[in-house]
Amino acid sequence: MIRIGVDVGGTNTDAVVMHSENLLGGAKSPTTKDIVSGVKNAIIAALNKSKTKSEDIEALIIGTTHFVNAIVQRKSLAKTGLIRICLPSGGAILPFADWPKELVDSMNGNYQLVKGGFEMDGSEISKLNKNEIIDALNKLKKLGCEEIAISSVFATVRGDMEEEALKIIKENSPNTNISLSKNIGGMGLLERENAALINATLKPLAKEVVNSFEELRTKMKFKCPIFFTRNDGTLIKSSEVEDLPVLTFACGPTNSMRGAAFLSKEKNALVVDVGGTTTDVGEVKDGFPRQAGTSVTVADVRTNFSMPDVISFGLGGGSLVDTEKITVGPESVGHELTNKAKVFGGDVLTASDVAVSYGRCKIGIEHELEVNNKKSIINLMDQMVEDKVARARTSSEKIPVIAVGGGSVMLDNSIDGLEVIKPQHNDLANAVGAAIAQVSGQVSKVILIDDKIDRESAIKQVTVEATKLAVDRNADPSTINVLAVSDMPLSYLPGNNLLINVTVVGDLKMENK
Amino acid sequence: MQKITSVDKDNLEAIAIGGAVLGSGGGGDPYVGRLMTNQCLETTQPVKVIQVETLNDDELILPIAMMGAPTVMMEKFPSGNEFTQLVSMMEKLMQKKVSAILCIEAGGLNSTIPFVAAAKLGLPIVDGDAMGRAFPELQMVSFTLGGITATPMAMIDDKGNGATFDTISNQWTEKLARALTIQMGGSAMVSLYPVTAKDCKKYLIKNSLSLIHYIGNVVKDHSYNAYQVLAKELHGKHLFQARVRDVERTAGEGFTRGVVKLEGIGDFVGRNAKLDFQNEFLIAMEGEKVLATTPDLICLFDANTGEPVTTEAMKYGLSVNVLGLPCDPIWRSKEAIDLVGPKYFKYDIEYQPL
Repeated sequence: MIRIGVDVGGTNTDAVVMHSENLLGGAKSPTTKDIVSGVKNAIIAALNKSKTKSEDIEALIIGTTHFVNAIVQRKSLAKTGLIRICLPSGGAILPFADWPKELVDSMNGNYQLVKGGFEMDGSEISKLNKNEIIDALNKLKKLGCEEIAISSVFATVRGDMEEEALKIIKENSPNTNISLSKNIGGMGLLERENAALINATLKPLAKEVVNSFEELRTKMKFKCPIFFTRNDGTLIKSSEVEDLPVLTFACGPTNSMRGAAFLSKEKNALVVDVGGTTTDVGEVKDGFPRQAGTSVTVADVRTNFSMPDVISFGLGGGSLVDTEKITVGPESVGHELTNKAKVFGGDVLTASDVAVSYGRCKIGIEHELEVNNKKSIINLMDQMVEDKVARARTSSEKIPVIAVGGGSVMLDNSIDGLEVIKPQHNDLANAVGAAIAQVSGQVSKVILIDDKIDRESAIKQVTVEATKLAVDRNADPSTINVLAVSDMPLSYLPGNNLLINVTVVGDLKMENK
Repeated sequence: MQKITSVDKDNLEAIAIGGAVLGSGGGGDPYVGRLMTNQCLETTQPVKVIQVETLNDDELILPIAMMGAPTVMMEKFPSGNEFTQLVSMMEKLMQKKVSAILCIEAGGLNSTIPFVAAAKLGLPIVDGDAMGRAFPELQMVSFTLGGITATPMAMIDDKGNGATFDTISNQWTEKLARALTIQMGGSAMVSLYPVTAKDCKKYLIKNSLSLIHYIGNVVKDHSYNAYQVLAKELHGKHLFQARVRDVERTAGEGFTRGVVKLEGIGDFVGRNAKLDFQNEFLIAMEGEKVLATTPDLICLFDANTGEPVTTEAMKYGLSVNVLGLPCDPIWRSKEAIDLVGPKYFKYDIEYQPL
């Protein structure tokens, strides 16, 4: 299957053309303000390099920073209201707790609490009241809310009240856009609700983004569908992104780690991705990034969708160097490296200059550079990387370190006693990661283990649900693999209530070429 | 250690972090309690923290806590009306006005919950607690050693259902209250061990709120080196630096039991240790050698961030520092060891003080 993978980064947009396991060609192009024209330039260059025609491409897969940027910059956010189905419980922690105030203001965040929700065993806290839902909706609309998010207590155990509320609203006001928390996050009401709110506020932008990519698809005569990469390294259809943009929120580090594992053919390794300003360090297991713990803070909001466990720090090719104080970063010339750094004829001393002067690599035009204290500075840079790699390691096993990204040429050949691999095309790892994305299904549920159901059958039941979800998303059923299973008993309660999480993945299958 | 005199949104964060440390791996994440308190403090005055000596002997002090599964509270938050109702139920039972709120467990979620009650009712909170850490059962308090009973006790749920208990022993209170907690949806708010200031002065573990505030600030200021500072300042012992190699969990009877296997790193390379937990970490062993046992505290810190780690967050690959902290001296009598020592938790090990 021939596919294009695109990664929109802060500095560059990368594109690769791949035929099953082979990279046919790839290219970089500066990221543009409108994003789409940068993507277009990168795709055209990649098609040329690979001598492929757009008509022959069977899937176009895009990883983009559109959505996280919108939240960070508080731009293009829709006015959003939340209906939380919880009363009489829930009032002690109101929605938007612990959010940055400017973010709430910039999305005109409002909420209403209504009766309903479930206990952990699936019994009702109270009945859902139709009039109350309509009343809440009207109040939110009066406050100017255009997008609606709905959360309900223990929606991961029973999602039907969220569904019921959606139905009531759709009957009453068919054009209202609604985000349900049960479709977005796992256990933890506030974190799941936060993810639903972020999702809701991004929806109009998502529609715009999808439309502009669809336009590009038509203009460039692609005959294939467009997919987007998710935070967990798998993909979803463009139509799904319109509904669930938050799932693609943090795909950058994931794509780079997946791409690194693929290019080096190492399924278990540490990945060091050195960019212009920062370096990300993470670990891949079975080709997928190791996931972070229970909650993740994105743009100062606590959420609980699955995200890779990445350590980021301020060292990159453009990091500013002080030869007297022996310091590197975190300030950087960023995307201006190629005209400001000394090796490129500029007058700012950067980490790249020190690496060239020390003989680590040859980049730019100026190779006869003399830098004071270069040995101490190189030692410091190595130490910074080694420290983070040591922290990212989860065993004493001698797994390799895969170095990717434009700045990876600065790295030593051994880090923390581990061999460093710099695979071919490592500067395109992100786009490769997008191109090889698979399809996933994840389900999280509390099940009471008793004489009717044992632990194994409960896990099996959840696995079946996860598989169905993946197949619905175009996964080839014959390639489904269980990626992660976890079960956690709920403490301090009698009886064996298990919180079960299952993630499955499978290859993308295209019925219509 | 500086004694705190009031709690507002700013120093509440340190209290929540310190509370997680004294949770000794259990007691739930104080984050939810912190958010609840923050919400109250938006409309109320900061909570006044007082020394128990400032109260007259006959004044009534009410401990407030959450009972049940902290995991449930991550999903189903209290209504917020529980505390006013609880206190009025207790005042009726005791036929007396309440003078101050008390934290019964300065570890985990219950380190922050009492502040919600204090803020809501405009009452001061006493600097101290009855555990000096987190323990899993409600009779495991210093008050039990003084013969003080848990009842009269009141329990209330998010729906507004209330119940009161009058029992023959603290063990029975635990049994009955735990059962009702389930019917109430897995978590409930309770007030128990109502004490006069006179009794409280005798059996209180003093200054625990100031202590968790101090610990929280050390964690914030020293991040991954916090364990070293705490070991030195609190006369603790750095027991191990390790990566988690294996976690085994089994559940039943309201407890998650488990074993964590640790493989030494840093100065501990080539050595292995094992931690037993039942909600809280209870025993640390290196081979046959006991490193620490309950009631001394076994506290784990993420080696990268310095943040306290709970038993629920234990997972393969996590690198941790294990710190042993001496328990309050009140827990070291024979009677106390019978109540909270390793044998009570069905481990065939003698308590050996750190």
